[in-house]
Amino acid sequence: MKKPEDIYAILKERFGEEKVEFKEDVKVVPFIVVAPDAIKEVAKFLRDDDDLDFDYLMCLSGVHYQKDTTLGVTYHINATRKKHSLTLKCIVPEENPHVQSVESIWKTANWHEREAYDMTGIIFDGHPDLRRILCPDDWDGFPLRKDYKVQEYYHGMKVPY
Amino acid sequence: MVETLEQFLPHPLLALFIHAALPMVIVFPYVLFAVWLERKVSAHMQDRLGPMRTGGWHGWSQTIADMIKMIQKEDIVPSRSDKFLFKFAPFLAFMGSYAAFAVIPFSSEYIGAHLDVGAFYILAVTSIVTLSILMAGWASNNKWSLLGAMRTSAQIVSYEIPTVVAVLSVIVATGTLNLMTISEMQSGTIFNWLIFHSPFLFIAFVLYFISSLAEVNRTPFDLPESESELVGGFHTEYSGMRWGMFMLTEYADMFLVSLLGSVLFFGGWNSPFGDFMSGPIWGVFWMISKGMFFIFVMMWLRWTLPRLRVDQLMDVCWKYLIPFAFVNLVLVALWEMIF
Amino acid sequence: MPELRTEEMVINMGPQHPSTHGVLRVELVLDGEIVVDAIPHIGYLHRCFEKHSESMNDYQQVIPYVDRMDYVAAISNELGFAIAMERMLGIEVSERVECIRVIFAELQRIASHLVAIGTYGLDIGAFTPFLHCFRDRERILDIFESTCGARLLYNYIWVGGLSHDVPTDFKDKVRDFVQYFPPKIKEYNDLLTYNKIFIDRTADVGVLPADVALNYASSGPILRGSGVNWDLRRDDPYSIYDQFEFDVVVGKGEMGTVGDCWDRYIVRVREMEQSIRIIAQAVERMPDEGDVKAAVPKRIRPPEGEIYARTETPRGELGYYIISDGSMSPYRVKARSPCFVNLSVLPAISRGSMVSDVVAIVGSIDIVLGEIDR
Repeated sequence: MKKPEDIYAILKERFGEEKVEFKEDVKVVPFIVVAPDAIKEVAKFLRDDDDLDFDYLMCLSGVHYQKDTTLGVTYHINATRKKHSLTLKCIVPEENPHVQSVESIWKTANWHEREAYDMTGIIFDGHPDLRRILCPDDWDGFPLRKDYKVQEYYHGMKVPY
Repeated sequence: MVETLEQFLPHPLLALFIHAALPMVIVFPYVLFAVWLERKVSAHMQDRLGPMRTGGWHGWSQTIADMIKMIQKEDIVPSRSDKFLFKFAPFLAFMGSYAAFAVIPFSSEYIGAHLDVGAFYILAVTSIVTLSILMAGWASNNKWSLLGAMRTSAQIVSYEIPTVVAVLSVIVATGTLNLMTISEMQSGTIFNWLIFHSPFLFIAFVLYFISSLAEVNRTPFDLPESESELVGGFHTEYSGMRWGMFMLTEYADMFLVSLLGSVLFFGGWNSPFGDFMSGPIWGVFWMISKGMFFIFVMMWLRWTLPRLRVDQLMDVCWKYLIPFAFVNLVLVALWEMIF
Repeated sequence: MPELRTEEMVINMGPQHPSTHGVLRVELVLDGEIVVDAIPHIGYLHRCFEKHSESMNDYQQVIPYVDRMDYVAAISNELGFAIAMERMLGIEVSERVECIRVIFAELQRIASHLVAIGTYGLDIGAFTPFLHCFRDRERILDIFESTCGARLLYNYIWVGGLSHDVPTDFKDKVRDFVQYFPPKIKEYNDLLTYNKIFIDRTADVGVLPADVALNYASSGPILRGSGVNWDLRRDDPYSIYDQFEFDVVVGKGEMGTVGDCWDRYIVRVREMEQSIRIIAQAVERMPDEGDVKAAVPKRIRPPEGEIYARTETPRGELGYYIISDGSMSPYRVKARSPCFVNLSVLPAISRGSMVSDVVAIVGSIDIVLGEIDR
């Protein structure tokens, strides 16, 4: 059982402060911001390290932060044996949202990342099969972006009703 | 019986026609009744009532109403199907099934065709049903139908072997292929029935019953249709009356194997009480009652058991039923030699 | 004779197929009857739950929407959302409310498992257990109906409390059910669980090893069927589950390999027994008096922040990731639906099996498309 600040200390030592950043004074649960090009390494370390042993990716969500014109990916991970959990975040700019895929670390990320791509348009580099999952393949736009405008027509059918 | 009819009727061909149509008089009402019965039996096994409204008493006319509805339905033929085969398959299915009724002795006085190779004829002619199912599955141009049809042919062809061997056991014991003669041999009391003839004939009956279930595609061997896997199997694309023909065939087949079972093992048209309640008319009654009993057992099984997988189905046939059937055949023959 | 040619057949199982439990489409690549690959396609029932939530004027209004995610276990969805919001707002609810919530959640678990095992029998070809299960599910729905008027989508558990109090004879009804139900489990076992054909069809089929299950983040009966002893009610307690005695059921591979379809099935059957235990304890514990709406806030305006809260629904771990920007409506609500995650393991465990096995595997995962597609 480790607290987020302990885990952060381990991560900082290993990856350096430029890759990981700890947000402590946020409401409810503190989280760690990871650089988008380091997330795979960090995830692999978190999973394979014997003390951390994060074997379970609970949730992966794409979020659009309209105020900051950024997109974010939130990873909620959990260790079933060590019984601690952690929140990671990647923040990427709206224009060029590329995040490393963690599909090879936790297989469950496959569908979660497809959903995040489908809904917010974040591109996961290294994902084996990055297609839309909930919307049709030829849908326009990313519905969960705050500035999303629904397309006028889809295959000749009027969309806004 | 044809001779009797010829005396009353103006033309011998007419007599022949009426003679040939007589089983139809039994089969059609029977199918209507059996479908209703199946619904009621399943309903009561499942803690519900089944059809209760149509016709008043316990929804007795539900299947009649269903049939009228079915006749009125549009006859849909898929545009990419093989039209001729698609349209012809249901009729062929029913033909194969109905033709087999010709040698069933419904009573001591009535048998469609008094063939000396009756048992052999039945086994041969019912194979046509397989062909029609294969035709239907292929002609539908539907992958699910094709899967269902392939399963059917594999299944029916395999299960024909234990069926034939089980029937053969009876023939070894009786020494004739003529179903009328087999029935006559069992007259007298219930203990003259072939099922009580020897313990090995009892085993033969069990084998016959199991493999006949597979022959008529009833649960646990209903893989050709297997509603929850193959949607509807070979008849997925059929609608209206053509689908109805397949349904008719299924129920007629059930009736056929039940009747054959009662002829071979349960005395056919003989009364279980010796001379009491026996005679040509009572014969029809006993024959149909015995058939209905086995149909009830089939329904009972259907609403109780899950379905086998296709490889397990083949296992049951080739690894268990066929060896058992052959060993049993030898034992029946030995029994006949010794006693 | 020309060279014989064979090729693989691609066949679409669904979206209109009797055994895909809704509008799931599985693209099957078949070699005869052997499955070479199975690719699930989802989204036919996508209703933009997350987008809807963002345009609600009040957090309380989200609850009818979460009902419609997993419509077989609506109470469990509401409970998850209510708990997430209560943690965010720091609301404490009374003991009475907690007990009612636990009773309802466990009744809902039984009702949902009844649907699961009934339809599973249907998938395997046994028709009768299905209606027997529905007969008993009716009793549970009757209790729900007498409490909140609804039988499927309840809108009963609110943030901070309940929409209204239980009827006066509620305890008697629940006690009656606790008496009535255990003998029925034996009936299902006799009819289906230990049927030879059923065992043949499900044992050693769709084996999901424990490490794969964890890597795919499976949860609920799927994970426990693989032998992983993990139940959020015990391992990450919420509500007052930590004060009840119950066992976590895991698959042991009694009929075949650990993690086969039969194990996943039996976990559900045995969980119903445990739920009955919890209900019996909760009924005795439940205080008779108390306002169930006492802690319901008039206006919900959470501070800027975010929360991830998870609960154990009948299908597994349901997580809500809620972001608030300090206004009256949620900034982002993400539902981590258990079925969505559980289904993603389907290709991995169905390769090399037969078409009939795919039906058995999909049935054993117990999916509700309303929740997968949201």
